[in-house]
Amino acid sequence: MLKRILLLAALLLSTGAIAEERFITVASTTSTDQSGLFGALLPAFQRDSGIAVRVVAVGTGQALRLGERGDADALLVHDRAGEDKFVAGGFGLDRRDVMYNDFVVVGPSSDPVGIKGLGNVTEAFKRIAAAKAPFASRGDDSGTNRSELRIWKSAGADLKADGIGWYRELGSGMGATLNTAAGMGAYALTDRGTWASFKNRQSLVILVEGDKALFNPYGSILVNPVLHSGIKAADALVWHHWLTGPKGQAAIAGFKIDGEQLFFPDAK
Amino acid sequence: MLDLSAALSTAAALVIGLDPQMLAIVRLSLLVSGSAVLLAALIGLPLGAALALAAFPGRGVLVVMINACMGLPPVVVGLAIYLLLSRAGPLGQFGLLFTPSAMVVAQTILVLPIVAALSRQVVADLWGEYGEQLRSLGASRPGVVATLLWDGRFSLLTAILAGFGRACAEVGAVMIVGGNISGVTRTMTTAIALETSKGDLPLALGLGIILIGLVIAVNAAVFLVGQAARRRMG
Repeated sequence: MLKRILLLAALLLSTGAIAEERFITVASTTSTDQSGLFGALLPAFQRDSGIAVRVVAVGTGQALRLGERGDADALLVHDRAGEDKFVAGGFGLDRRDVMYNDFVVVGPSSDPVGIKGLGNVTEAFKRIAAAKAPFASRGDDSGTNRSELRIWKSAGADLKADGIGWYRELGSGMGATLNTAAGMGAYALTDRGTWASFKNRQSLVILVEGDKALFNPYGSILVNPVLHSGIKAADALVWHHWLTGPKGQAAIAGFKIDGEQLFFPDAK
Repeated sequence: MLDLSAALSTAAALVIGLDPQMLAIVRLSLLVSGSAVLLAALIGLPLGAALALAAFPGRGVLVVMINACMGLPPVVVGLAIYLLLSRAGPLGQFGLLFTPSAMVVAQTILVLPIVAALSRQVVADLWGEYGEQLRSLGASRPGVVATLLWDGRFSLLTAILAGFGRACAEVGAVMIVGGNISGVTRTMTTAIALETSKGDLPLALGLGIILIGLVIAVNAAVFLVGQAARRRMG
């Protein structure tokens, strides 16, 4: 019996040591992860560099906080204002453009408010607010959530006062928010990548797209290795350069779902 | 009920096809939860027995605290462990965050109160029944603990199974300290949460069916071993 326990204990202690591969940790967003982009990028990067990338997919707000605490070696996020603040605060280095896609407004195909085909997302949000039509918001301080709140602001909506009963803050990831929106026939703002790979659409369709306010750029940032010990700065730099270099950019352009390109490389 | 039948066939396809990715996830889930339960039993059984037998000031408070900790919210435990293991935290230099070891630590903390509280109750009841006898035989303190733990082994096994159920089912703690990293820290529960958020409900439910099947298999195995042991002992 004692022997068996010791054996099990030895087995258990070895779990931490199983994967002694060379790796970095990248905090990124649910939108990039759930679209399947990393599944296309990471094997190619590992082949080129011998470095595995462990992706922790959270909202952009949380990804930035992981970076501040040194729990990731690099970030791939989408909130330009938050990214610049992160770098200005000394937490990150060398923010670079990586790629962009766009947000779209989805809603029930019956479109009770009549926003389908509008080229102006601010106008669409004004109509939703005026009609008090159900709207499902991430409410999780993610990049998408921050963009959504900026649109509400430009639409002049005071959600705290007027949002009661129709503006639903879910505190969830993009997919979970779409599940809820589909369930209650609500409008929602989503990135195109998550939407393209999302399977439980029910009656949801794209209603508004193409406004330049819906532009969704992603940036790669190195976490400042000076702040915490243990940050893998050298390997993170290899990743940072690969992602923004010709090979990474080509891999991003080559990632498609049902023949549709979801992310457009724009590193300079 | 279209979803349920789709889920069942998805589950069947995954099991029959021995999907390697799924096998890795199942293996990690069992390894993490099994390790946590083992650690919790190694600490919790003696701790529970000691609490049942020792008399010291503040014992009642400690018993209440441990009983209450059976209801620890996993997400809070996950957050606390995250803050400890974060590179900005006190144990950051060990690099344990986002590893299976971190998940084992978190689940051990969740399971330990269950094992300790239930085994304290089992041992306390046995002590009430056989205390006089053991005292008259002049048994030593460690001898009493060992005897009572052995006598209560079948009830204690149920306590350990309760702990295993808790570990297998929780998602809040492993999500935070493990990070749900594909191929490294993705367990059954975090995979289910992920597939749900991708809107792939049949796959999520299919994984759920497999998880429940695994838990049933583990419980059945323990039950059969217990039966056999009982028969042998007469």
